[in-house]
Amino acid sequence: MEKQRYERPIIRRLNTGVMNKFGTKTEYEPVTHIDDCAVKDLIADYGSPLFVISQKTIHETYQAANRAFNTRYPKVQFAWSYKTNYINAVCNVYHKLGSWAEVVSGFEYLKALKNGVPGSKIIFNGPDKTVEELKLAMENKSLIHIDHLDELYTLTELCEETGIRPKVAIRVNMDTGIYPMWDRFGFNYENGQAWDAINKIVLSDRMDLVGLHAHIGTFMLTANAYGVAAKKLSELALSIKNKYDKKIQYIDMGGGFASTNTLKGSFLSGTDTSPSFDDYAEAISTAIMNAGFVEDELPLLILETGRAMIDEAGSLLGSVISNKRLSDGRKATIMDFGVNILFTSFWYDHKISPAQEFSHHTEDSVMYGPLCMNIDVVRENVTLPPLKRGDQVVVHTVGAYNMTQWMQFIALRPAVVMIDLEGKPHLIRKRETLDNIDQQEQMPAYLKEFKL
Amino acid sequence: MISLKKNIAISESGFVFNPTTGDSFSLNSVGTDILKLLKDGKNEKEVKTTVIDRYDVDGETFDKDYYDFLKMLGQYKLLDAS
Repeated sequence: MEKQRYERPIIRRLNTGVMNKFGTKTEYEPVTHIDDCAVKDLIADYGSPLFVISQKTIHETYQAANRAFNTRYPKVQFAWSYKTNYINAVCNVYHKLGSWAEVVSGFEYLKALKNGVPGSKIIFNGPDKTVEELKLAMENKSLIHIDHLDELYTLTELCEETGIRPKVAIRVNMDTGIYPMWDRFGFNYENGQAWDAINKIVLSDRMDLVGLHAHIGTFMLTANAYGVAAKKLSELALSIKNKYDKKIQYIDMGGGFASTNTLKGSFLSGTDTSPSFDDYAEAISTAIMNAGFVEDELPLLILETGRAMIDEAGSLLGSVISNKRLSDGRKATIMDFGVNILFTSFWYDHKISPAQEFSHHTEDSVMYGPLCMNIDVVRENVTLPPLKRGDQVVVHTVGAYNMTQWMQFIALRPAVVMIDLEGKPHLIRKRETLDNIDQQEQMPAYLKEFKL
Repeated sequence: MISLKKNIAISESGFVFNPTTGDSFSLNSVGTDILKLLKDGKNEKEVKTTVIDRYDVDGETFDKDYYDFLKMLGQYKLLDAS
């Protein structure tokens, strides 16, 4: 007689009381495949843990964003936010779809150039641009977004020195009714700093002020704040036109659109609370179009959204190392991935699904990572089937920030695979080795030998 | 020897009721089978043999899970104190 499938014995007390009208979320629906690739095959071929990027989901999300904005506004340009995920293959998927590059450091700038992005289609943001980096960006006719007065003065000196007339924008921060107000980047709108910078740029007559840029926050759960920001930038652009007869060519609304992840402490799931691309597009395009631009002077609308573009396309596959019982009776599951590679588990309650069939019985568990550090908690409380050593799981919506903010801490970083539009996996970043880490180190001769 | 409290009621579908405390519990199929075997007075060896015969599991894995399961039964006050 064939034996039945074994599942660790579990007993769960049934609690009676007032019903939770939202129900309890249980994740026992297995996710065995990602874009027709079996999770167990991917892990067998590339190891565990493993990041997987779905090119199909990237395309679908990009098309949804593109449709939302292009149906409401005549001139839209997306720029891929390198800091969100700068694995070259990922960047090139966006460049192939038509995105420019948006970078915030010299390192990212060089990456974009190396990927083949023309200099004139690189937006250079951020507070830290060295003299050499600014010079390179000027020579390449990149769009330099000035963050502070020191940068403006450096740039003015470089204009004199090189004779190049760069294309610049200023980053403007403002009160859009949300907290916290991001006033650490750029020039403030309300207290006149932005006008001060604009006056200095225009009157110096050494650079072309072609754009205005704002980036009002991150994981913005209200689309209206973008409407306020777009209105203020439009008013500024129109005032520049009136005062100096200079047409602002583009308004860059930055990023910060929320993905469908669930923020820690939020009562409802992110899929229910995050605004859609349509919500953001409606708020932004309505504000710009109602601002009073004449039709042929409507500025190009640039969007640098990273997280909302790629989060859903990324999954992290991992395996169970062990189960244990904590002193208070709670079950704990130890996974082979932790906060070292899943940085976003500090912000979100990531949805986690088993990758194999189970019965419908579940248990509450704490999910820990493999690090010998108390902070390594992936989920404080997750309801999952009784996982055993070696069982595999899929962590959803991890495409943004994890493959850039991951740490080489205690363990080596895993491989990254992209599944193409035909469902074929491609290795796009190899698993790190000890040699990768060691090649950066140098041992002084007097420390080479020792006796124990 | 480990024994289940005599008055514990177990249903076919894996529901357990403790009339002393009024608590109800749900179990998966392996858990239900173990509880029934304990109620029938089987000892640890007999429980292990039966479960290993019935399910696709090795002895070492079962021992680990069984020990943890018994701890939970104890915590829920379903076992006799002996």
